[in-house]
Amino acid sequence: MRAGASTPTAESRAQARARLAGLGFALPAVAWIVLFFAAPIAIMAAYSLMPLGPDGRPGPLSFGAYESFFAESAFTQALWNSVVTTVVVVVASTLLAYPFAYGIARLLPKRWQRLALAFAILPFWTSYVVRSYAWLLALSPVGFINHALLGLHIIDHAILFAYNPQATELGFVHFFIMLNALTIYANLVQINPHYAMAARDLGASAWRCFLSITLPLSIPGIAVGAFLTIVLCIGDFVTPQILGGFRGLLLPQVVMMQIQRQLNLPMASVMSLVLTLVVALAYLAMQRWLKMARL
Amino acid sequence: MTGRMRWPGAGTALGAFYMALCYGFIFLPVIVLVLFSFQSGDLPAPPFNGPSLRWYLAAFADGRLVDGFTNSLMVGATSSALSVLLGFFAAYGIARYEFPFKRAIQAIVILPLAVSYLLIGMGLLVSASWLGFSPSLGTVVIGHVVVNMPLAFVICIAQLGEHQRRVEAAARDLGASTFRVLLSITAPMIAPALIAAFCLCFTLSWDETLIALLNTRFDVTLPVVILSLLRGGVSPLTNAAGSFIFLCSILLMVVVELLLLRQRR
Amino acid sequence: MTGEAHLVVEGVRKVYGDVVALDDVSLAVGARDYVVLLGPSGSGKTTLLSVIGGFTFPSAGRITIAGREVTALGPAVRPTTTVFQDYALFPHMTVASNVGFGLSIRRVAAAEQRRRVAAALEMVGLAGFDKRGIHELSGGQRQRVALARALVVEPQILLLDEPLGALDLNLRRQMQDELLDLQRRTGRSFVHVTHDQEEAMALASLIVVMNKGRIEDMGPPQRVYARPATRFTATFMGESTQFDGRVVERASAQCLLVETAVGQLPVTGDLAPGSQVTIILRPENIRAEGGGEIALGEARVREAVFQGAHYRVLASRQDPAQDFVLRLPPQAAIEAGMALKLSCSAGDLVLLQR
Repeated sequence: MRAGASTPTAESRAQARARLAGLGFALPAVAWIVLFFAAPIAIMAAYSLMPLGPDGRPGPLSFGAYESFFAESAFTQALWNSVVTTVVVVVASTLLAYPFAYGIARLLPKRWQRLALAFAILPFWTSYVVRSYAWLLALSPVGFINHALLGLHIIDHAILFAYNPQATELGFVHFFIMLNALTIYANLVQINPHYAMAARDLGASAWRCFLSITLPLSIPGIAVGAFLTIVLCIGDFVTPQILGGFRGLLLPQVVMMQIQRQLNLPMASVMSLVLTLVVALAYLAMQRWLKMARL
Repeated sequence: MTGRMRWPGAGTALGAFYMALCYGFIFLPVIVLVLFSFQSGDLPAPPFNGPSLRWYLAAFADGRLVDGFTNSLMVGATSSALSVLLGFFAAYGIARYEFPFKRAIQAIVILPLAVSYLLIGMGLLVSASWLGFSPSLGTVVIGHVVVNMPLAFVICIAQLGEHQRRVEAAARDLGASTFRVLLSITAPMIAPALIAAFCLCFTLSWDETLIALLNTRFDVTLPVVILSLLRGGVSPLTNAAGSFIFLCSILLMVVVELLLLRQRR
Repeated sequence: MTGEAHLVVEGVRKVYGDVVALDDVSLAVGARDYVVLLGPSGSGKTTLLSVIGGFTFPSAGRITIAGREVTALGPAVRPTTTVFQDYALFPHMTVASNVGFGLSIRRVAAAEQRRRVAAALEMVGLAGFDKRGIHELSGGQRQRVALARALVVEPQILLLDEPLGALDLNLRRQMQDELLDLQRRTGRSFVHVTHDQEEAMALASLIVVMNKGRIEDMGPPQRVYARPATRFTATFMGESTQFDGRVVERASAQCLLVETAVGQLPVTGDLAPGSQVTIILRPENIRAEGGGEIALGEARVREAVFQGAHYRVLASRQDPAQDFVLRLPPQAAIEAGMALKLSCSAGDLVLLQR
């Protein structure tokens, strides 16, 4: 570096050009996100602080909407239901998906694994609506399951399997088994096989090898799947609407009611932000737990 | 050093049984859906009366479904094209250049992946309402780009690695401008990934319900139409429409698989 | 073989589909031997190591370790441990947990485990590294951790699969010294796979040269280098000048006269007159300044490549044609086309059947 150089060198000019080019390429995407994602959420946050007055119009800035939310037992109950349902769904789909993904990754020859995986996530490619509707059909009193149970004389009159929280959980678990199987498989498949061989070589039994080596190394896959499950599950409106019946409403359903029936956008905003906060807390907890699991 | 370990026979049998159960569980609703779309009677439930295309014909004749279909097609195509375009350029900029706040910008671009659709849809609804825009398909397109562009970005940036960089450097060495390199070298080389990204975005947009539900009133997308069909009770019409959606999604994903597979060679 | 047989491989055969990876391989290793399995890729050396370690089961044959037949035993039960080519250190565990893994399987008490882990780390020169993460270590350090992990459980035999392949030249030389030292101190047999003949000669008390699934030659490095049993071994262990010829007569017991392009050469061996043979001569045994027992005639320099400690010289003569490869000191004044008078000692000529 020449001391006192004030004229731009060719190098610094090229660097400046590169900076401009890079920013130029990235700018449209960033602008889109800021304009249509960040800004709307900020506006929504502002809305949540302007609760509807008695004249039905947004009032001055206050936490009134938040207070109303936490005061209303129906709302907090819905929040609680959402959290409980999400936890049940995350745990169930992880526990069920892990052996499934493990089977594909370890029991099947390499050639068939991609195909097996593709088949496993095939029903993934129906929309939420269609899939939940299909479960409604399967679970309904005239549906396939009742038909089979009646035919086998296991029951003597049709049972209403749908329109309750368990049906909602079933619908969710059905979807999230596929998602978690995908993330867990992707992780399992890139674990170096030499680790297991070395562990066996040092005397570990198959079970010990799994507990000490494979399981810890597959935690990232489990964590990603669990996080995606939390995000998608807690905010879903369709599945509980179709399968959940009228008791035990989940928060997204209450949000919809606020929008469509009460025309109360501020309250709907409050609810959406509360849900997001729950997800953020879950994310932080997961980060902390992952760091500890590493050691 | 390779070595196939001996697996205890019982464990394998148990594993295979469990996997069969899982597959059965996963496919159960799909089988019910598709089977009873060919129902000839009025109820999409057992007993199954002979295969009939009656309900598919009814679906294609139903005005709302057809409108929903074309709307979904337009929204899907537009939002996917935009997602891939924006995602590709952002990936190129980040992969090839050094500039301040690069990490922050990358984080911003993939942020929507960590956020629920409810938040995105609500944000757009509230903003549109505040600005005085009435609900429309345009808002849905915007929302789908927000959701899908990070995916396109991630797919593209994976393709712009060292090997690709060296090829572009060779092109520049021979005198090509940045524009020329992008047009004649980069885009054709990663075309399969671009098309795969497009198809993936399209499929996700095609199936997306929440953002569409929140931001449309009269012109709606197909999943929203189906949701409203459900208010009228169950009917094989819904089965037929749902099976058709499913089939289209499958076809698209097969295209993606083929493209990505060929790319790997 | 030093000491009595510790590892016995008998008639081992391994077939994958229609590819024969190992074809009737037998060898015996003593309790303090440093055995090197040497060969090009595809020679079967890694497969043999895998069979000894229990990761692959042979299609036929037996493995016996310390008098006990182990052919059907898996790697967990076999008294061997393996150091893998990529070290395979458990990324989510510290150095101490990695090294102590085998001990925790064997339910060694925590205090005892700590003591033995510390001793093992000290032995490989990594004292104090116990709390480090694997990702913090350099290539050489990882290698030592892999060694410590394998040795702390006191196996009868340590198996090493191309352990020095990922290291640069200086580090490799240093690790070779350390490996040899380690083997002497622990007093265990090591079986080491490599494709580098210099590494093999530096380390082995017994070299096993393999090619296409079979053992070509087996013995102490000095013997295998100076008096190789087969043509493959001769060329794999190093360069040589080759004289093709025909046995003319038996001069005396164990001495033959062979007619070659440079005249009749006396060589140790016992074959019928008329047999087609090749005689090889290592480059360091050819003298260019005259005075050797056996005259090899005159040849002209074609090419001289500087190698640091010497020149590698290619020379040839016409009529009858014969190529030579020899060495000249680094200060020599060499010109292309220069004439050299070549000779050697009788004891350096090695007979190989053709």
